Amino acid sequence: MTSIQVEIQLIAALVAMACAIPGTFLVLRKMAMISDAISHSILPGIVLGFFITQDLNSPLLILLAALTGVITVVMVEFIQKTGLVKADTAIGLVFPALFSIGVILIAKNANDVHLDIDAVLLGELAFAPFDRLEVGGTDIGPKSLWVIGTILLISISLLILFFKELKLSTFDKGLAATLGFSPMILHYGLMTVSSVTIVGAFDAVGAVLVVALVIAPAATAYLLTNDLKKMLVLACLFGVFSAIAGYWMANLLDASIAGSMTTVLGILFFLVYLFAPQQGVFSVYFRERQQRKEVSLLVFLLHLQNHSDSKERHVNHLQDHINWQKVQARTVLDLAKRNNLIQISNQIASLTPKGEEFTQEALRYITTNKETAIEELKTKFFLFRG
Amino acid sequence: MKDQLPAIQIDDLTVAYDYKPVLWDIDLVVPEGVLMAIVGPNGAGKSTLIKSILGIIKPIAGSVKVFGKPYKKQVDKVAYVPQKGSVDWDFPTVALDVVMMGTYGSLGWIKRPGQKEKKASLEALEKVGMLEFKDRQISQLSGGQQQRIFLARALVQNASIYLMDEPFQGVDATTEKAIINILKELRKAGKTLIVVHHDLQTVPEYFDWVTFLNVKGIASGKVKDIFNDDNLTKTYGINYKVAVTQ
Repeated sequence: MTSIQVEIQLIAALVAMACAIPGTFLVLRKMAMISDAISHSILPGIVLGFFITQDLNSPLLILLAALTGVITVVMVEFIQKTGLVKADTAIGLVFPALFSIGVILIAKNANDVHLDIDAVLLGELAFAPFDRLEVGGTDIGPKSLWVIGTILLISISLLILFFKELKLSTFDKGLAATLGFSPMILHYGLMTVSSVTIVGAFDAVGAVLVVALVIAPAATAYLLTNDLKKMLVLACLFGVFSAIAGYWMANLLDASIAGSMTTVLGILFFLVYLFAPQQGVFSVYFRERQQRKEVSLLVFLLHLQNHSDSKERHVNHLQDHINWQKVQARTVLDLAKRNNLIQISNQIASLTPKGEEFTQEALRYITTNKETAIEELKTKFFLFRG
Repeated sequence: MKDQLPAIQIDDLTVAYDYKPVLWDIDLVVPEGVLMAIVGPNGAGKSTLIKSILGIIKPIAGSVKVFGKPYKKQVDKVAYVPQKGSVDWDFPTVALDVVMMGTYGSLGWIKRPGQKEKKASLEALEKVGMLEFKDRQISQLSGGQQQRIFLARALVQNASIYLMDEPFQGVDATTEKAIINILKELRKAGKTLIVVHHDLQTVPEYFDWVTFLNVKGIASGKVKDIFNDDNLTKTYGINYKVAVTQ
């Protein structure tokens, strides 16, 4: 690996981590699309900042652009509060307007601005290492590495300091307010950090793809954990993984780095969506099938309890009597036998003492029909797993 | 009694959404140490009254005093149990963590909860009978269990006044009994409890104080003095009897 390659991957990884942290809170606050609004509407801020500073990595430009991001949030909320349009409509109204102002500004001043629309939309990581930061004549690395590194450091410090407050106001805004943690301050704090981060990432990944870096790692992590801290760590890891894997994929395909990173994130999400141990599509499918089986078992046991004459309990008549397919009847019969709930003699099924006890208990729960009782019944059912 | 100040004093409180008044010129005095039900039909402004006491909703007129001072100065004296539906239970956290959130107020900004806060939270969980569920993801809890978690969270706030918005909603009979026993214990310890309540039948059994509300304040006082046909009719109209005599 050349040092340039290392630098690109490092920048990409830091950008991804910086995006994943506010992204986690945006996803939990159901505000993911606000990142889309911010990433587009900072464009006029960047262009105006560039006129003033003539430097795309100047801190002043970053602050100016971030301010545009916060103004976007304020405007969206203002329109929303009138009650005339819904939240998503408000977002859709505000950011294209601001974005297009930025586009016009670039077009009118094409000669002066070192920005083109392609780079605005998709970013250009490959060029990032060529803009160097020099202190006293010594080269200390690419400028954008320092910019995003600083942003990430600030973001992590704020996260550590205000983790408790952010968690509380995200989970329960009302309690946060009554305990004296202004949800308003935390909200705009988060919006400011999001805006600054998105501006910092803009150069590398552009207005469209930065949204993926904000949302996808958090959304993927959300499927895998029930712990906010773990969710943050996982989101960062997914971001870093996508940065490195994306870089090499781009290398291999000779394609855009940002595009490849986003593709990796998309694939990652899809895999987790399918295979996550608790909430994945497959495990949900198998769990539901298992539950259906358990309910069938209960129906079967109740049937045995209700009917004393042997005709009703003959193994082969099961299908006719409770109207089941052969396979289903067979599975349920096996399950009941394996768990020692029934015994079969001369093709006639009857409840064992254990089966009798279980059925009695289940019946009691069903007839009282209490919420907690059903919880307990479920726990009992888990005994039959495996 | 430390002092003669009422736990809550509300004067001329009016709250309106847009032009529609939700609470109209409410005067209410809640003495310290009562277990009070707020009853009234849907849309009577029961939740709004609680939220106005907490300053979550700004009134257009009137004042609320908590032990003689505005709520903002008494934040640590009041605990609030919101309706279960007010939060997203898919949030990535466990029961114990939600209860610990109740300790955040006494910690203030930045400071993290430590062993002391954890111990208090575990005790609160035990009190509501939820200790064995402390590490359970909150979306895996039943409605009644979620309600108990909220109650435990209010308990660790160790407040003087507890405001509860329909704590019995969607809760089974066992949980309801468990909750009311905890509330009665709190009252014995000298706390003041204000509960938005729907089930008129249980008012005399559960509460010693009651406020009838229907946009305007109808009556407020001891259950044995004012929980009668007259006030019920004024609050609910003539159909109330169906609810009470069942």
